[in-house]
Amino acid sequence: MSETSLAISKFSDLANPTRFLALAARAIPWMAGITALCFAVGLYLSFATEGDYQQGETVRIMYIHVPSAWLSMMCYTIMSVSAIGTLVWRHPLADVSAKAAAPLGAAFTLLALVTGSLWGKPMWGTWWVWDARLTSVFILFLMYLGLIALSRAIDDPSKAARVSAVLILVGFVNIPIIKFSVEWWNTLHQSASVLRLDGPAIDPEFLRPLFIMAIAFTLLFFTLHIMAMRNEIWRRRIAAQRRLAARMASREE
Amino acid sequence: MTHAFYVYASYGFAALVTIAVTVWTWADGRARRRELAALEAAGIRRRSARARDGE
Repeated sequence: MSETSLAISKFSDLANPTRFLALAARAIPWMAGITALCFAVGLYLSFATEGDYQQGETVRIMYIHVPSAWLSMMCYTIMSVSAIGTLVWRHPLADVSAKAAAPLGAAFTLLALVTGSLWGKPMWGTWWVWDARLTSVFILFLMYLGLIALSRAIDDPSKAARVSAVLILVGFVNIPIIKFSVEWWNTLHQSASVLRLDGPAIDPEFLRPLFIMAIAFTLLFFTLHIMAMRNEIWRRRIAAQRRLAARMASREE
Repeated sequence: MTHAFYVYASYGFAALVTIAVTVWTWADGRARRRELAALEAAGIRRRSARARDGE
């Protein structure tokens, strides 16, 4: 077997849901363990490091606000890649991945919005403003809710997969808008201070806990995503087996 | 601590959301596993599983 065909067969192995379930069963305990460890270190650092000379203790809100905001966008990007997988390659797990990710994305977007609001009140003097960054993230939250409702409203899974995939890809336009909103418009929300071309603009004292918490949140997301994908595969198998049982029962009558 | 309410409220809400999502995902998995076991007990299996048993 040539190297290319070996690589292709390795990739299509992952497309096999049974193979995925076996892999998930092995990976989930490890991922959960490493996630818990990262959270322990991250939370310790979040409260052990010093406060900011201007923001005081509220800088600690950053350690949960920034990772959840990052996840809200990463989750949608994963859903968009899955949508391409559904429409172009008809990968059997692509739709499962998109459907499983949507509630997680909604949860982390809500977390980013609420912690941002709790940070805004003491620092800006307001819980909420309709500036470009806050509004575009709020739209992202509504899009997650819409996608969850849509995929559950259509009974036929393959039809639901295609319709959702198209809507996910249309909605992807919002992701660069969120990322660059603070540069394109005049916003109350500050501009990027971690992912910048000229390097992070915040002190290493704050960067360390932020980095560990970002890893912890990302690992938590992937652990939950694999668990939710596994649940969705099981759900579909149960539905298929029940249909089969009903057909067998009606044949016996 | 200054602004303790805002800091603790943020961490409290973050704990609530992450724990709720984790418990929900875990409970969903447990319920599905039970349903699969019930189907198995009723003799309803996937074709691939039946073939392996030599039925």
